[in-house]
Amino acid sequence: MHADPIGVMTGSHFLDGDHAACEGALAAGARFTAGYPITPSTEVVERFAARAPHVGGTFIQMEDELAASIAIQGAVWGGAKAFTVTSGPGFSLMMEHIGYAAMTETPCVFIDVQRGGPSTGLPTLPAQADMMQVRWGSHGDYEVIALCPNSPQECFDLTIQAFNFSEKYRLPVFVMMDEVVGHMTEKVVIPEADQIYVEPRRYTKIPPDEFLAFKPVGEEQCPEMVMAGEGYKIHVTGLTHDERGYPNMTPPIQDTLVRRLCSKIRDNEEKICLFEEDGIEGADVVVVSYGITSRVAQRAIGMAREQGLKVGKFRIITAWPFPEKRMKEIASKVKALVVPELNLGQMVREVERAAGGKAKTIAVSHAGGSVHNPEEILKAIVEAAR
Amino acid sequence: MSMVEIDTNQNPVEPFLRMDRMPHIWCPGCGIGTTVNAFSRALIESETDLSKVAVVSGIGCTGRVAGYVNMDSFHTTHGRAIPFATGLKLANPSLNVIVYSGDGDLFAIGGNHLIHAARRNIDLKVICVNNLIYAMTGGQTAPTTPNDVITSTAPYGTYDPAFNIPHLVEAAGAVYVARWTTFHVKQLAKSMNEMFQKKGFGFIEVISPCPTLYQRRNKMGEALDAMKAYKEMSKVKHGCPTSEVGLTKAGEIIVGKFVDRDRPHYDEMMRGHLRESLGEEYVEAEEPVCSGC
Repeated sequence: MHADPIGVMTGSHFLDGDHAACEGALAAGARFTAGYPITPSTEVVERFAARAPHVGGTFIQMEDELAASIAIQGAVWGGAKAFTVTSGPGFSLMMEHIGYAAMTETPCVFIDVQRGGPSTGLPTLPAQADMMQVRWGSHGDYEVIALCPNSPQECFDLTIQAFNFSEKYRLPVFVMMDEVVGHMTEKVVIPEADQIYVEPRRYTKIPPDEFLAFKPVGEEQCPEMVMAGEGYKIHVTGLTHDERGYPNMTPPIQDTLVRRLCSKIRDNEEKICLFEEDGIEGADVVVVSYGITSRVAQRAIGMAREQGLKVGKFRIITAWPFPEKRMKEIASKVKALVVPELNLGQMVREVERAAGGKAKTIAVSHAGGSVHNPEEILKAIVEAAR
Repeated sequence: MSMVEIDTNQNPVEPFLRMDRMPHIWCPGCGIGTTVNAFSRALIESETDLSKVAVVSGIGCTGRVAGYVNMDSFHTTHGRAIPFATGLKLANPSLNVIVYSGDGDLFAIGGNHLIHAARRNIDLKVICVNNLIYAMTGGQTAPTTPNDVITSTAPYGTYDPAFNIPHLVEAAGAVYVARWTTFHVKQLAKSMNEMFQKKGFGFIEVISPCPTLYQRRNKMGEALDAMKAYKEMSKVKHGCPTSEVGLTKAGEIIVGKFVDRDRPHYDEMMRGHLRESLGEEYVEAEEPVCSGC
């Protein structure tokens, strides 16, 4: 279906990434946000608070991130599309509710504008150090989808994509921004509402007495949705549950449920994995990067090519599930993979695992607080090409 | 509409329960089932459309209530029933949202959410079963455990002061505050019904026995002894200042309706304020539409 025009601010705008992400959420049909202020993500909810009353939306500022991250899930079961926004310390507080959303298959979106850590760290300075936390931060086995925009335009586009994935696969989806992408201001083009695809929530048509609230359907392996107040008398629990949604804490039920929560993403990896490539064919070295670092890497790649080096670009857009299949193919064709990121080595572990020793993997780490100097990345490329 | 028809050949509360989940996990003599019985009877009395009732629980023995009631029901995370319910209610204001949870869940790990929901006067009805202890995890000290009580984490007795729950909830802004024990089944059901009729943040504390962990460890007898104690030690004092209703291990239990007042609830304040501020530019949130059903 198409976006509801009331939430779509069609036109060319000069927006920062935080504001653009908020517009993406509104275009995707998000009408409920519970938030708690934290730098550098606050602008997203500030904009939502200002925009919501004009589009039939509801904003509530909660008492903490624990509350914000579960209030949105209550709203989803009440029938709304909902999201919350945070950064570092707030993201840490939300971890339990990421697991709850995964377990209860509650479609919702989290935007994390990453800053330096650990702990209070660097409140207004960038990092990309929550990339493993977003994948593994809550306890137990589960899968998530995480997208990494590298511009305000992508903050808009990928926030819509995040909502669409969350509805399609019924899970929490993350927009992993960073402080620089969140605060940089660029041109953002918002299309007409009828040019924006919005994945509808798949409400069931099965009558209540025949409906099983957690029975998987179709290749997405997801149950159909209902909302409270429609006579379905659903039960939703974070406990291990059967297809009725009833608690059943036995090893076979645990096995069936948890394997499905993972396989619904793993089996659909190729439909979910978005990436951007340039000059991979014939390259000796491929630079693998994401978010703001991909823009610094672009400069380093250009400098290396000027020196006559054969350098390709692989930009991760979907970080989770990791584009393992494509990374394997690339690793089998090149000498080395250079992985700059604003952390001391997170996604590089996935790159190295996927490469499986077929290509050398070189991390270009940075503890955060600024972006890389392109020369640092260039130096790694030159060494890798030797 | 799903108003329940009473079949005289069955227990009148059966339609309110997921009978396919019986037997429940609560111990013999536990008071939680009694409160669910009173809750069902309050729903019968109030003639509430059950399809518009949602029950939200946290974690713990009382947290399991959501799993047994035959309504839309949500068993959330520890302490977070109230913020979940806040989102549910604001997104879908036609629902009657009941938060049904225990003292540890609502007043320790969830204490912050409780006071803020009361402050905002979110239109939620909170039923707090207070068994004075963490029971699900084996009888540890709760923020409601009176002094000189043996718990598994206070083997020499408790010494940190307990919350006076009605006092706290009144101070935070609740519009309805009452306390009963599981001995007062009729009064409890009547009080629940009365609370359901009110708009805003309503709260009922139900003092409830835990024979397995609280009484046994403190040599306070069996479930029946708890009922006898509730009968003997309870004093009905409607309108009693909540500052005077704190509990002790063996002292008086003051019960009754302590607070019944009116003030605008959150949704009303939000819509009213935005209407005033934005005039015709204000687009009010509509009831969500379930496209399939």
